[in-house]
Amino acid sequence: MRFSGLRILREGLTGNRGWGPHWRSPDPKAEYDAVIIGGGGHGLATAYYLAKEHGLTNIAVLERGYLGGGNVGRNTTIVRANYYLPGNSEFYSHSLKLWEGLEQELNYNAMMSQRGILNVFHNDGQRDAAVRRANAIINQGDDAEILYRDRLRAMVPDLNYDNNRFPIQGALLQRRAGTARHDAVAWGYARGADQRGVDLIQNCEVTGIRVEAGQVVGVETRRGPIRAKKVAMAAAGRSSQVAAMAGLTLPIESHVLQAFVSEGLKPIIDHVITFAEGHLYISQSDKGGLVFGSYLDLYASYAARGNLPMVEHTMEACVAMLPAIGKARLLRSWGGIMDMTPDGSPIIDRTPIEGLYLNAGWCYGGFKATPASGHCFAHLIATDRPHEAAAAYRLDRFETGHGLMDEEATGAQHNLH
Amino acid sequence: MRLLCPICGERDRREFTYRGAAVAQPAPEASAAEWHAYVHLRDNPAGPLEEWWHHQQGCGAWVKLRRDTTTHQMLDPLAGQTPATTAGRT
Repeated sequence: MRFSGLRILREGLTGNRGWGPHWRSPDPKAEYDAVIIGGGGHGLATAYYLAKEHGLTNIAVLERGYLGGGNVGRNTTIVRANYYLPGNSEFYSHSLKLWEGLEQELNYNAMMSQRGILNVFHNDGQRDAAVRRANAIINQGDDAEILYRDRLRAMVPDLNYDNNRFPIQGALLQRRAGTARHDAVAWGYARGADQRGVDLIQNCEVTGIRVEAGQVVGVETRRGPIRAKKVAMAAAGRSSQVAAMAGLTLPIESHVLQAFVSEGLKPIIDHVITFAEGHLYISQSDKGGLVFGSYLDLYASYAARGNLPMVEHTMEACVAMLPAIGKARLLRSWGGIMDMTPDGSPIIDRTPIEGLYLNAGWCYGGFKATPASGHCFAHLIATDRPHEAAAAYRLDRFETGHGLMDEEATGAQHNLH
Repeated sequence: MRLLCPICGERDRREFTYRGAAVAQPAPEASAAEWHAYVHLRDNPAGPLEEWWHHQQGCGAWVKLRRDTTTHQMLDPLAGQTPATTAGRT
């Protein structure tokens, strides 16, 4: 089933009776060439690219709950390629290019909206950092512009430019950045993988990883054992527990990150805007709700809810930046569990166990990475060699100290990234 | 969330700064592998966790607390699993 304008017109005129499910619900087979643990954005994208780019179709995605029910279903939907350090820079550049062709690739409306991201800066030091970052982005081949106060004010008049503590000097703009409909990304990849023969198996928790003589041979699940030559872990938020089933201890600490949505408002924020002071990021959804968040709650947590101090901090940052939204009411908030690594950058690598692959440690940047994460992880699983865009995401960089990518230079403490 | 400082009693989370899991520090001459494990690797349990908190806005002590990472519930560090007075609160 392909989506098209003509199809929508025809279905609309015939009572919408021709639409079917977007994917099958198969029972697990006894054996696959590869199984992917985790049916979130990254796992589904991995399955899609394994089938499409590498012709591996005898594979399954095993999901404990429902597809797209983890962090791909609970984020602030921002897509961007404005990283500074080598390693991250080429990876997110690769990802943004995949985002730009994603809807045509998947024949699925992911509501990709390249509305631009504005990283506001307040002082000379932040301005210098923004200019340096802009140059790094341009060197990578992506777009970046520095807007000073007058041009920024013409573009976004409602910001509080003269806040006593955090006056706004200007912003780093990336026009190709924006937002995408997070659920649709997971569903689009799921549908694309299913159409190529991948089995998407929901309500199928993996309870064990079977290893014989240093080689992975399959998994135990709530729906019985499944043999597999290759097992790929993409279970962000629960990476440590999944890896522990294979006897691995990861350089990851899990933290809760909250996000918020206001009631629906008339259009007030056309871009994604980040406020340097307070780490706020905010955009407005097509329904009119303001979607925003800021820091982690900063303590280890698996509770998918946060605490009031960070709620208050986030609201304070909102009102400091954009006083006009002070009377907007909060509609809902939620917490997602983040894999935090010691340098704030992710891991896409093989493990010491042959045939077992790891995709983890996305900190709070996993959504924008979804296409490239799947693309590069699929390349690794299929060829046993890292994709050049993700070659820096090695598991052993913490042990060797070589190739650490600490964008914020906060050192080896998991919660500070 | 309220934390149970052994010196001050039950206090608001805002008074504390988080350091992370209370992992035993290796000796200075320990191997690179041991130091790597101490600095980077974490058991990261979904459940009881011993961790360091700095009661910065209170008594100033570094305190080792036991907390359930799935419920935010304080667990009595001396009695092991016994939920303390903050049971049910987050």
